[in-house]
Amino acid sequence: MKGSASGMRALKGGSSRYSIFALARNALSYHENWQKAWRSPEPKPEYDVIIVGGGGHGLATAYYLASVHGIRNVAVVEKGWIGGGNTGRNTTIIRSNYLWDESAGIYEHSLKLWEGLSQELNFNVMFSQRGVLTLAHSEHELKEMRRRVEAIRLNGIDSEVMTPAQIKKLVPIIDTAPTLRYPVMGGFIQKRGGTARHDAVAWGYARAADDLGVDIIQNCEVTGILREGGKVTGIETSRGTIRAKKVGCVTAGHSGVVAEMAGLHLPIDSRPLQALVSEPIKPCLDTVIMSNAVHMYISQSDKGELVMGAGVDSYNSYSQRGSLPTVEGLLAAAVELYPIVSRLRVLRTWGGIVDTCPDASPIISKTPLDGLYFNCGWGTGGFKATPGSGHVFAELIAKDEPNRISAPFSLNRFETGYLIDEHGAAGVAH
Amino acid sequence: MLQIPCPWCGPRDDNEFHYGGEAHIARPVKASELSDAEWAEYLFLKQNPKGPFTERWSHSAGCRRWFNVVRNTATDEIIEIYPMGELPKSPQGIKAYETNWRRESAAQKNAKAGASDK
Repeated sequence: MKGSASGMRALKGGSSRYSIFALARNALSYHENWQKAWRSPEPKPEYDVIIVGGGGHGLATAYYLASVHGIRNVAVVEKGWIGGGNTGRNTTIIRSNYLWDESAGIYEHSLKLWEGLSQELNFNVMFSQRGVLTLAHSEHELKEMRRRVEAIRLNGIDSEVMTPAQIKKLVPIIDTAPTLRYPVMGGFIQKRGGTARHDAVAWGYARAADDLGVDIIQNCEVTGILREGGKVTGIETSRGTIRAKKVGCVTAGHSGVVAEMAGLHLPIDSRPLQALVSEPIKPCLDTVIMSNAVHMYISQSDKGELVMGAGVDSYNSYSQRGSLPTVEGLLAAAVELYPIVSRLRVLRTWGGIVDTCPDASPIISKTPLDGLYFNCGWGTGGFKATPGSGHVFAELIAKDEPNRISAPFSLNRFETGYLIDEHGAAGVAH
Repeated sequence: MLQIPCPWCGPRDDNEFHYGGEAHIARPVKASELSDAEWAEYLFLKQNPKGPFTERWSHSAGCRRWFNVVRNTATDEIIEIYPMGELPKSPQGIKAYETNWRRESAAQKNAKAGASDK
């Protein structure tokens, strides 16, 4: 994705560009003179647009507001530090192999933006198209999978069926013995899928947005949403009142809490989602593998850790930790499918709080309040959507109208019944 | 891990339990009088507070009985256990129940109106 549609205008100031020459120049001064990647400004009394939430989606929204729509008087307000929430807690998997047309639309839009993102932002987001392989463990799953593959290909998205022998060749550490309780009977792969470096995505968008004049205000918690006669007029924060005619909320995990400040109710439950990494080992896995039936997914980070996760915990919580049985369940599946895992120690586990929607699809929407917009409900798989989500949300805010891609994800689908049911079809996600 | 005090079996690990979500959602009785928005509210909108929350659990791998819990979703602390069909008695539970937006909602008023008709 090149050209003005994606906002190829970042970092014109040559002095601040990252390049091999800048690296060499800074090496001569022992790397002590690198400029700060973004400013830490005091909040102004008023902006054209305020984005609440400095995660990947919020920073991407601010960047595309500035680069595509020319709206540069923008603040991103973050209660902690940027990328410190779910952006820094997810397992970084990127794919667009969804069943329904609406989902294919947004996730493929995102994947195309990922493919040019490092160049566009002048920041290496370490996007690695190492492929995402999804396993089938029963006859029924195999048939369902073939149907999905055809549906995905009809949307112009790459997707290929693989036999157990092909899978074994691609992934030597997997056990494809037919005697397993849930044997590997096949799979399908999206070769354009893969992973990216999650922190770099937040930092890259932050630096590029800041370069275009966006104020990134950290350690600034939103405590209220100001309204007058059905219109938004600004926000109350821990650092004072900030006024704006348009406010976009991108606060996954806490979307319901922020909505309540505006007197709105969302179809969202906040649930813990856990992940873990093993101790680092030599390279043994150069793709991403997920399994819906045994419910776990695995990849290997550049540091050598095996990164694993599963589904959400069953109960509502904001505590950013989950229950041990969820971790035990995913490790049991991992040990059966990849026997070498049994020799490894778990280095750390963690949890993040995700927005779960009744139809497992996101909400990118206007609200009953003029000038208030929500981008939330991404459930367990929001990271992969970061560029596309920010791109369409920026357009929604700038034009006050959804585009073709974001329109199906409006809040009113829960009234019309036009749900985008990605339960199961979405797979384990993430 | 949560340790949930089942009123019949005593404290047990959370993987013996099944979560039932928000408690005290009454089904509208005069269904034909609800608008699409009011149905959406009953079916899909959530009470999702950060703090004390009234919710249902079932001891599915034990006595298989349902009961209500008041739990602080910010800390996972369990504040109160009380039987199905009853209301919370702890101050935090009462507050969570009474300040719930659903108490004022159209679907809930419809459910109440139906109940008083009987």
